[in-house]
Amino acid sequence: MGTARLALSTGTRPALLKAAPAVTLVLFLGPIAGGLAGTAGPAFGWLPAIGGNALSLDPWRSLFAWPGFASSLRVTVTTGFAATAISLGLVIAFCAACHGTAAFRRAQAFLAPMLATPHAALAIGFAFLIAPSGMLARLASPWATGWTRPPDIASVNDEGGLALIAGLVLKEVPYLLLVTLAALNQVRAEALMRAARTLGYAPMMGWMKVVLPLVYPQIRLPIYAVLAFSLSVVDVALILGPGTPPTLAVLVMRWFSDRELSLWFPASAGALLLAALVATAVAAWRLAEWAIARAARTWLEAGARGGFAPASGLIAATTLGTVLALSAGAVAMLALWSFAGAWRFPDALPRFWTLATWQAQSTGLVSLAATTLLIGAAATAIAVVLALLCLEAEQRFDIVPGRGALMLLYLPLILPQISFLFGLQVALVRLGIDGTVAAVIWAHLLFVLPYVFLTLADPWRAIDTRLARNAASLGAGPWRVFLAVKLPVMLRPILIAAAVGFAVSAGQYLPTLFAGAGRVSTLTTEAVTLAGGSDRRIVGAYAMVQALLPLAAYAAALAAPAILWRNRRGLAVT
Amino acid sequence: MSGLSLRRASLSLGDAPLVGPLDLSMSRGEVVTLMGPSGSGKSSLLAWVCGTLAPAFAASGTVLVDGADVTALPAHRRRIGILFQDDLLFPHLSVGGNLGFGLPASVRGSARRARIAAALADAELDGFEHRDPATLSGGQRARIALMRTLLAEPRALLLDEPFGKLDVALRDRMRRFVFERARRLALPVLMVTHDPEDAAATGGTVLHLLAGGTVRRADPGEELADALPA
Repeated sequence: MGTARLALSTGTRPALLKAAPAVTLVLFLGPIAGGLAGTAGPAFGWLPAIGGNALSLDPWRSLFAWPGFASSLRVTVTTGFAATAISLGLVIAFCAACHGTAAFRRAQAFLAPMLATPHAALAIGFAFLIAPSGMLARLASPWATGWTRPPDIASVNDEGGLALIAGLVLKEVPYLLLVTLAALNQVRAEALMRAARTLGYAPMMGWMKVVLPLVYPQIRLPIYAVLAFSLSVVDVALILGPGTPPTLAVLVMRWFSDRELSLWFPASAGALLLAALVATAVAAWRLAEWAIARAARTWLEAGARGGFAPASGLIAATTLGTVLALSAGAVAMLALWSFAGAWRFPDALPRFWTLATWQAQSTGLVSLAATTLLIGAAATAIAVVLALLCLEAEQRFDIVPGRGALMLLYLPLILPQISFLFGLQVALVRLGIDGTVAAVIWAHLLFVLPYVFLTLADPWRAIDTRLARNAASLGAGPWRVFLAVKLPVMLRPILIAAAVGFAVSAGQYLPTLFAGAGRVSTLTTEAVTLAGGSDRRIVGAYAMVQALLPLAAYAAALAAPAILWRNRRGLAVT
Repeated sequence: MSGLSLRRASLSLGDAPLVGPLDLSMSRGEVVTLMGPSGSGKSSLLAWVCGTLAPAFAASGTVLVDGADVTALPAHRRRIGILFQDDLLFPHLSVGGNLGFGLPASVRGSARRARIAAALADAELDGFEHRDPATLSGGQRARIALMRTLLAEPRALLLDEPFGKLDVALRDRMRRFVFERARRLALPVLMVTHDPEDAAATGGTVLHLLAGGTVRRADPGEELADALPA
């Protein structure tokens, strides 16, 4: 055994490669641990730089004593759980009802563009749709509603957070659908469904009883990420969520950006509370899973084979179609407004079209797009290189990544951003690199890397290892095999992972704000700021460019291998 | 001694012994066939010989090529070529690119192009340099795969069920194609297969891998009835 292992692992400078996973973990977990510690200090009164010299519970007291605290906590919990449960329910119903149908395949085609659209752009466009003066009200007025002026209703920023829930559902459904589709391939759902159907199970019942129990464990971590995100999101909640009181995350954010520095203490306490809230929510969800699984056991084995109304398939498909259509409509609204001239309520279309907005904003748009591109490209490039080195190390040294490694990867996706970003900023100030583009790139890397790694890992691990072995038997050393065989064969998954990474970076709001110390602006920070009350034409233009950049990255990722490998049918997409 | 030798070779997976201990030598130009049912460890033995055995396996013993111990060398420095049932042409490279991948870098410029052209001519595929391997027929791909292996100038050749995926009409032609070239280059060849016709076509020694990992030499002229079909 010793000789075989030795033979496989000998390569030029293997030590460098062997260190890759460790280096990646340090780059990745260091800032999170440091950030959490840096938030925990002020949460207990310790931040000497602004006069916090003694440990105390005062920050917590002022947090709990804030007049809107209870309502803020309530709306955070209700919107977070509702958005997650509705999204998951929609996805499960759709998959159960439509698995293997034409509607199912059509929905898949919509996923990539929907996933690439940043949260903020989608939320802004959605607000343009549902606002009292929004497109939906215009389309129904005055003929159906009698409105000649925008009605005085709170359809956006409502106290109960309904608009926020809807906006989150629009963004989470495509994500959960994507991870479910990937899981379906892993559990060989087609074969299982065939078995269930030959045993006499109606398709939907068969799916719920045979496929779902296998798929769910595979999508558990993504669901927790969705739950955590819904509970702690800031940008979407700023645009669509309630204002007084806001969700806990927005409240904490407001205090952190207040000129009154003493508010940093209760803000830090709130940030930690949010982290605890997310941990509790995930634990509660896990408990509910267990209870449902236990209760469902009898149902699974009872042998009932039908039982869902035939219309349920149609309803599920229609609902999911509506969600996807609303997303597409939201993005269309951005374009519509950015080219709109005078546009009075309740006209469904502007009186005339104009390029005036684009001309007036071109300088700002170009420079912000350049910054966004630079940060996104750098964070993505670093993430892709690290992910590739880790995966190569994994293959060459036969490292079997455990479940713990996967959990670590999900850590930045589950931990609320705001719970460690303030502490990270404090640390960056100490290092003297806060407010630099490099700091922003590093902060983005924390969120880009997990997505890049998760996207790349499965295709990389599925490489036909015989290709590499054959290359070795032809005399190619490990690095030559890596560069001349694996990389070219994996070009498409690598570029897709890069596009995913770029989309993640382009959508980051809080990390840019904190690591950039407000001095580094991207399309996202600008669009969210403008959404607070600027002309819809200008907001539309910024949000549209914000949405277009990641889409362009996806298009390039799909086009490049198609062009490069146009004469290589063996690498064509099947 | 010239040729390929395995000394005290034994393989196991976990607690289960698969092959050996086994002593085997092939002199230059000699073909030895190792037969056995699927899962008997034949392919793993070849993987061990060429240095690409998965770490889950435990192996001991020595591989000698022309008298030199290569057991501690990584696969890419052993100069032991292998052909599989699948041709494993690199899908991102042209036919010429695949052949070039095999050819040592020390062969440069026009000599390089000439060697590739000659290999193509030998495979009766003149002028196929720029073709996409995916557009070739199964037989053409198999011939290119052999040429790529031979261009790497191996000192021994391993064949891992090399004809299994070809249809019957092609199989015989391909057998002759492979063995002719191996003989011309005086390569020691170790083939594993479960197809008795493969074994018969070599005209060389045939060994049967038995349960428990031992090997029995087939008597000359013996009907190979006990070879299990896959």
